[in-house]
Amino acid sequence: MENNIALELRNITKRFGTKVVANKNVSLTLYKREILSLLGENGSGKTTLMNMISGIYFPDEGEILIDGKPAIIASPKDAYSYKIGMIHQHFKLVDTFTAAENIILGNNEPYNLKIVNSRVKDIASKYGFDIDPKKKIHEMSVSEKQTVEIIKVLYRGADILILDEPTAVLTPQEIEKLFTILRRMRDDGKAIIIITHKLNEVMAISDRVSVLRKGEYVGTVNTSETSEKALTEMMVGKKVDLQINRVLIEKKKPLLEIRDLSVKSDVGTNAINNVSFYIRGGEILGVAGITGCGQKELCEAIAGLRPISSGAIMHDGESIIGMSTRDIIKRGISMSFIPEDRLGMGLAPSFSITDNMMLKTYGEGKTPFVDRKTARTRAKQLIEKLGIVTPSTETPVRRLSGGNVQKILVGREIESGPNVIITAYPVRGLDINSSYQIYDILNEQKQKGVGILFVGEDLDVMLALCDKIMVLCHGEVMGVVHASKTTKEEIGLMMTGSLDKSEIKEYGKAKDSNLSEDEWKKIDKETEDM
Amino acid sequence: MFTSILVNAIRMGTIFLFGCVGEIFTEKAGHLNLGIPGIMCIGATGGAVAISLFGATVSSPVLVFLSILFAMLFSALAGMLYTFLTVTLQANQNVTGLTLTTFGVGFMKFFAKRIYDQKLFVSLSPAFQNLFGLKDSTNPFVQIFLSHGILVYLAIIIAIISSWFLKKSRSGLYLRSIGESPATADAVGINVTLYKYVFITLGSAIAGLGGLYYVMDRSSGTQIAEAAIDSFGWMAVALVIASMWKPLLAALGSVIFGGLSILDAMLKTLSLSQQKIFAIFPYLLTVIVLVISSVMKNKNAQPPAHLGLPYFREDR
Amino acid sequence: MKTANKKHEPLFHITKNDAIPMTKAIGIRVFAILIALILVGILSMILIKENPFLIYKAMFDGAFIDVWTLLQNTALLLMFGLAVIPAFQMKFWNLGANGQVLVGCLSAIACMKFIPQKFPDISNGLLILIMALASILASCIWSVIPAIFKAYFNTNETLFTLMMNYIAITMVDYFVFTWDKTGSGTLGIVNLLNGKKGWIPDISNRYVLSIIVALIMTVFMFVYMKYTKHGFEVSLVGESVNTAKYVGINVKKVIIRTLLLGGIICGILGFLYAGSVSHTINKEVGGLGFTAILVAWLANFDSGVMLLTSFFVVFLDTGSKYVSTQFQLNSNDYANIVVGIIFFFVIGCEFFIRYRIQFNKRKSKSIEEREEA
Repeated sequence: MENNIALELRNITKRFGTKVVANKNVSLTLYKREILSLLGENGSGKTTLMNMISGIYFPDEGEILIDGKPAIIASPKDAYSYKIGMIHQHFKLVDTFTAAENIILGNNEPYNLKIVNSRVKDIASKYGFDIDPKKKIHEMSVSEKQTVEIIKVLYRGADILILDEPTAVLTPQEIEKLFTILRRMRDDGKAIIIITHKLNEVMAISDRVSVLRKGEYVGTVNTSETSEKALTEMMVGKKVDLQINRVLIEKKKPLLEIRDLSVKSDVGTNAINNVSFYIRGGEILGVAGITGCGQKELCEAIAGLRPISSGAIMHDGESIIGMSTRDIIKRGISMSFIPEDRLGMGLAPSFSITDNMMLKTYGEGKTPFVDRKTARTRAKQLIEKLGIVTPSTETPVRRLSGGNVQKILVGREIESGPNVIITAYPVRGLDINSSYQIYDILNEQKQKGVGILFVGEDLDVMLALCDKIMVLCHGEVMGVVHASKTTKEEIGLMMTGSLDKSEIKEYGKAKDSNLSEDEWKKIDKETEDM
Repeated sequence: MFTSILVNAIRMGTIFLFGCVGEIFTEKAGHLNLGIPGIMCIGATGGAVAISLFGATVSSPVLVFLSILFAMLFSALAGMLYTFLTVTLQANQNVTGLTLTTFGVGFMKFFAKRIYDQKLFVSLSPAFQNLFGLKDSTNPFVQIFLSHGILVYLAIIIAIISSWFLKKSRSGLYLRSIGESPATADAVGINVTLYKYVFITLGSAIAGLGGLYYVMDRSSGTQIAEAAIDSFGWMAVALVIASMWKPLLAALGSVIFGGLSILDAMLKTLSLSQQKIFAIFPYLLTVIVLVISSVMKNKNAQPPAHLGLPYFREDR
Repeated sequence: MKTANKKHEPLFHITKNDAIPMTKAIGIRVFAILIALILVGILSMILIKENPFLIYKAMFDGAFIDVWTLLQNTALLLMFGLAVIPAFQMKFWNLGANGQVLVGCLSAIACMKFIPQKFPDISNGLLILIMALASILASCIWSVIPAIFKAYFNTNETLFTLMMNYIAITMVDYFVFTWDKTGSGTLGIVNLLNGKKGWIPDISNRYVLSIIVALIMTVFMFVYMKYTKHGFEVSLVGESVNTAKYVGINVKKVIIRTLLLGGIICGILGFLYAGSVSHTINKEVGGLGFTAILVAWLANFDSGVMLLTSFFVVFLDTGSKYVSTQFQLNSNDYANIVVGIIFFFVIGCEFFIRYRIQFNKRKSKSIEEREEA
């Protein structure tokens, strides 16, 4: 049996800095001629683990065996020499080149596009890809680009393929096609690892499933012997009591009402599809979903940063569609999105804390001058209130640690006195104390009657903090559940698309809406005409 | 009349062609080298150094060879200085390039005055001007195609080879990928820094020949310190855009640019001011190409996507 | 495993360094300038065969022989720099100050030359006003065209503004030849024999006006960039276009408005050239434009610091020109070499301010590694 093993990981540990352990003692076996699903929530260390196999990171401890022999993979080049190829989520392709040119880039083989084209076509017909090697990347759709990435890896003779969330950017039809191809590759003797969050896909494509949770290896099961429910339990673990208080306050009128909203992503696919929901004052509505299921586009659409393709967004009974970002801010809608690199949007890294405090308010007042004095006072108050560690109010935020940076962003948004707060991943990368401080701030606002949309990652936190949780999968609402009446497993199933409650019940229309049914119908008509 | 305009256009255009092909190489590597005008001056100085050192002692073919070698060597060194500053030390490309141009112009004028011996230069210039000995032929075909000096043919050969290299060779493909997306090139194992050093230096060496050509062929050795080589350098930078980063189009464009810049002297029937208006067309043409290609979002006529931006691996 | 680690472990590791103390940063720059000056000294010693300290002294003395010209040149260079810094702060590479000043000056000269011919009775004040407006208008057109294309079509502004310079230069050439009937290719001093129409009256001497205007502009620009809402928007767009959009800034508007401001400054400068500094136009009028880019960059786009950097460059330039005449080295070219060398060192030394070289003693921990998708 030994020679049947394509790849083996033994006790792999990877740390980033001194605090973060991305992978702890992970062992994993990949057989030839199989498709292995790697399952886990966001931040469970899947991508880190795969990056170690493909030579981007080097493990701190443990060893990797290929064909039974210890292998040292210190660069993507080394990985290729072991016939390992990874298809990343973000494609690395040169836009102005053709598919064939991209495929041989860095390959150091004689430059003869005729031979390349015919070899590409051979590979394509062998596995059933649809590709025109002479087509330029910028003329391609997302799925075509993905095809180029996969062929690029096969072209270099990879026998072990790693695909990092390949289905996230594809339509259902394209996913089906990809799966057919993957099965053909498996039958041809390739070993394939596929990272995905969607349980139905896991069940459909894989032979075995390995589960990671918070950087640790949970276990491996044969797909035929497991169920979606069992996998969800492995993935989310037991419920942890977090001791976050859910303040209960009196129900208020809906503040933000969204109906039949559709929004396109950067690449033109439907990121948000026919979504309806509402937020009341004094309510925290959680949004749960796998990263990239449309949270970002939803937030941006509400903030006026992204055009919508259809639907209605009503704030206090008035449509805010087409309003400028500035007008939406003026209405008291605050949006803060903490991206993965944390500094992306909402703060200017080399500006001082004072200047960042007035990013949204610098235009106030009638003089042509900015009011730095008030901003400085506000900065001082915020520093004191939230215990922000900084040498002074004039320090560029870039020099502060992640937690302090986020406190400034969230603090500024809340201090601006909004009536709707949209906040995505506000505790991303924060330590426990800072996280709790942020939860407290949100609860405080809720008590003041502010409506909060909380896009989160940690289900335990969402269950404890939110009043209701809306679950998104692939840009569609799977259901809205009461946090006190649901379980982690239920949400997990909905996130992965295994459970669709919206089929049974229609969500997102408040009975005490600010608008009458007739008015809604009128809006419906108008948006149809759009 | 037409023949003589065309012949002169080709000769004038050769200066631009050298500078342009050189600049295409650096821009394909992602670097906007505004030092090209200065580098052309430095190349001219290198050639002049060779001529004053060896002019009186060696035979003409050897002299031509040595002066080409010196011109390329000098300008390659200047290109390496630019590369060191902008690649290794991550300095701003525009600022470095403009400084190099200031420096190069001063360098040429300062040293040319010390080594320039008009009599010697003029007497040696025929060695550069008449490769096939057919300069005085009256046949229009011969005039247009066979009457030039060695550097004119060299420029065209370089343009053809460069075009082949960029389009058809593996290294050319790698080089282009660096100008478009250095992170991608880096990820597939291409040595980005090495490529930048090699091709920015090579591009500079090619551009430097433009300076030598102007001194020894175009102006027959009569001037160097007074030569407006830097302003020809800017024309060369413009030609890169007008030719949409394609060396063969650049060869054609250089004749057009050359024609437009000598037309004033050729059209003696026009008044002096009417002649001057022709000089505006190369730049106007360039702006039009730049605007149209960006408005039409024509991907084939765009500057390399990463042009002018520094590449620092950890920023990925 | 050990050997593999060794093979892939580079000797040193370069990281960004944004927390360098001000004193250290200045120290590095001063050190770079000192090395450059030593190199210049050695070079001059070889060429002139004189004691280098004598050369430094000559440079210093030479710069201050004509203090008024020194100050006026500083003022002119400073104004060119002020015209480009708002755009640079926005990461818009406006290389076109050169051409913007030229077309401004050209328009002012045109008014100066032809209006008195048509309306001999026009008052000097009105003529000067018209000149100023014409100059500002022309410069604004020149700077706004690339801005509009950048804002709406993302046209490469570096190349566009560069080309606009040469269109301006050839235009000047054309008009000078058209207007000048002698065929000399120069315009001569306009209205010198025509009652000095359109000449801006001197304030005590002909240098003071441009110096005063430059100082006013510096204060204005300093305040504009640091304390106004507009300036705040400019910095924010330069810092991150995404964040600017997030807080509701109309980025297109800011780009065009900022370039318009640069155009106004260039227009005033062109008007000063026409009405006070040179009373004529030639291709050299915009010549300081490129040097100003270096000066602005050296000052890190801070108008206050630019007072120093522009003075420093003019000082170097004037001083080395004096050295070259004093020691028979032939005019301006020596100065270009000196300025070039010093710039190379200053440009190069920025690396040691912005980056930190860490020598690896043990396994390095890269900062970027913390990302986990």
